[in-house]
Amino acid sequence: MKRSNRVAQSLSQLALLMGALLMALLVGAILIGIAGANPLVAYRAMFLGPFSGRFGMTESLVKATPLLLVGLGVITSFRSGILNIGGEGQMVIGAIAGTAVAFAFSQWPAFILLPLVLIASVLAGAVWGGFAGWLKARLNVNEILSTVMLNSIALQLCLYLIRGPMIDPEEVAYGTGTPQTAQLPRQIWMARLVRGTRFHWGFFLAVALAFVVFIFLWRTTIGYRMRAAGEGPNAARAAGIDVEKYQILAMALAGGFAGLAGMVEVLGVHRRVLEGLSAGYGFSGIVVALFGRLHPIGAIPAAILFGMLTLGADMMQRAVAIPAAIVMAIQGLVVLFVVGSDILVRHPEIWQRWFRKKSPGTQGRLEADRAGSGNQ
Amino acid sequence: MQGVVISNVVIGILATGVRLLAPFLFASIGEMFCQRSGVFNLGVEGIMMMGAFVGFFVTLRLGNPYLGVVMAILIGIALGLLMALVSVTMQAPQGISGIGLYMFCWGLSGLLFRIYVGFITSIEGFKPLPIPGLASIPVLGPILFQHNWLVYLSILLVPISWFVLFKTDWGLKVQAVGVTPQAADTLGVNVNAVRYQCLMLGGALAGLAGAFLTVGQANMYADNITAGRGFIAVALVYFGRWNPVGVLLGSLLFSMMNSLQLWLQVLGINFPYEFAVILPYVVTIAALAVAVRHVWAPTALGKPFRRESI
Repeated sequence: MKRSNRVAQSLSQLALLMGALLMALLVGAILIGIAGANPLVAYRAMFLGPFSGRFGMTESLVKATPLLLVGLGVITSFRSGILNIGGEGQMVIGAIAGTAVAFAFSQWPAFILLPLVLIASVLAGAVWGGFAGWLKARLNVNEILSTVMLNSIALQLCLYLIRGPMIDPEEVAYGTGTPQTAQLPRQIWMARLVRGTRFHWGFFLAVALAFVVFIFLWRTTIGYRMRAAGEGPNAARAAGIDVEKYQILAMALAGGFAGLAGMVEVLGVHRRVLEGLSAGYGFSGIVVALFGRLHPIGAIPAAILFGMLTLGADMMQRAVAIPAAIVMAIQGLVVLFVVGSDILVRHPEIWQRWFRKKSPGTQGRLEADRAGSGNQ
Repeated sequence: MQGVVISNVVIGILATGVRLLAPFLFASIGEMFCQRSGVFNLGVEGIMMMGAFVGFFVTLRLGNPYLGVVMAILIGIALGLLMALVSVTMQAPQGISGIGLYMFCWGLSGLLFRIYVGFITSIEGFKPLPIPGLASIPVLGPILFQHNWLVYLSILLVPISWFVLFKTDWGLKVQAVGVTPQAADTLGVNVNAVRYQCLMLGGALAGLAGAFLTVGQANMYADNITAGRGFIAVALVYFGRWNPVGVLLGSLLFSMMNSLQLWLQVLGINFPYEFAVILPYVVTIAALAVAVRHVWAPTALGKPFRRESI
């Protein structure tokens, strides 16, 4: 009985998520219409594109990888009652720190250098995120505002480094001056698994980490305390949990995941740090986390879905010249509709009441049903 | 001779600072009303982006910047309504819905710009409107009285909003709704209606702030022209302790800093450009850290109101 209830609840939640996505796509279709293209043709390119051949299928997963990693961090922080909006900055800081380490020890063999680089990126992201957590816990600085500011700071810092001290010597030699670093040492590139595509093993790393986060949050004491701090900080405090400490930890972990996402993007896709590396993944990761219902396992399909949407939007841009920027608008709408419809999960009586108010005929039928079942 | 140059530079920095005050003031006074009523509207940055684009686009197509400003305000009101629908009626967590609104506006303004314009082009914005008599006062004239009308309006908004918030019925309702919504509700104030009104006002002012950037300041549009000013405006409300005078002081601090950064570049002082850009963000964090601790805030800030929960 209890189990079937849970199944029914997850199904209704899934229905609401899909409803939110459909509504966002509907508004998106109107925008495409305003832009002067046929929405059906545009959406055909957007949804079928990712399924066209080896490149589409794998490239979706390439885009899903940073989404999932950032999303896991967002889940950890949201579950602990603190909002990490700083994914963009943490990604960039992680990537630039890992890259600096890679260049410093470029002669070292991969089996030492690769873990070292990944750890450096996690630590740098963790410091960047943990700082916002510390500001919140110790000085009561709103973490949303501080992470947004830290995003801008990180992006400018990175731009300074890749235009100046860390710029590719070849860019200087040829005088082109594109702001990017040199290619990372070849031995630590993340291997591509399918010929002719960019699909690298970072995706499997991200999926494995999703399970690690699940075990961490639901099967360990620290994870339990973090969730307790998120669900009822006062109750948690009364139970002797140092809520502030766990919120700092949560922000550090969120930053660590985003930092790793940045480094994986460098090692697996670009092989160097360049301008626009974070590409909105820091914000899309929030969408993935919400769409995965703040559950690390749920975030896996959500990341793949939004990876496909992101790629599909690129393909649509090429097919019908609708700018790919539309995917950010659609994702924003998804966020609005998902958090907006959440009230229907928490308080089902609301929409039941709307339903009755708006169509008295239905109410009559419901009452008739009730009377009918009473007779039986 | 050197003295004249230096005093001209100082006057220049101060005058630019007053001009750059307008977007901060418009956006943060609007946000102050939202937060006073208990709603944390992070979508301000997004609404500013849309206001900036619409103001620019209407001016580009129709050649009338006044119409551009009106349209930007209308778009701002519409987006404020959307925020209200999600955060007030549907009681969504405000931090997340604000970020959702920001992403929506970010994508939408980028989309519209690429479709309808696609390249950087300049427009004829508002010209400076020197105030007769006052503008010719030495030193003070160029600093305060040689700007376009939106700058004067933004400064006038400080006493106006002070009066509205503290001396009118509606302002008292806004305060009550943000501190003790239950009590306000008991006394017959429609809590959610007041919050809707505040979000629409905040949206209108954010749209205006955005339009100022394109029509009153840069005379062009580019991606991310708001550059985080909307988020800074939200921070300024904390910094100004939910008070128009405090918000004015905070806005002054930021506009002067922006002006200083621009003049550093103009004067060719050797200083990495990126660090100059970073400065306002660093100061925002520092200001929040210093200002926010143990300070009074609207107690119902961030909490959706639900009558049934009494």
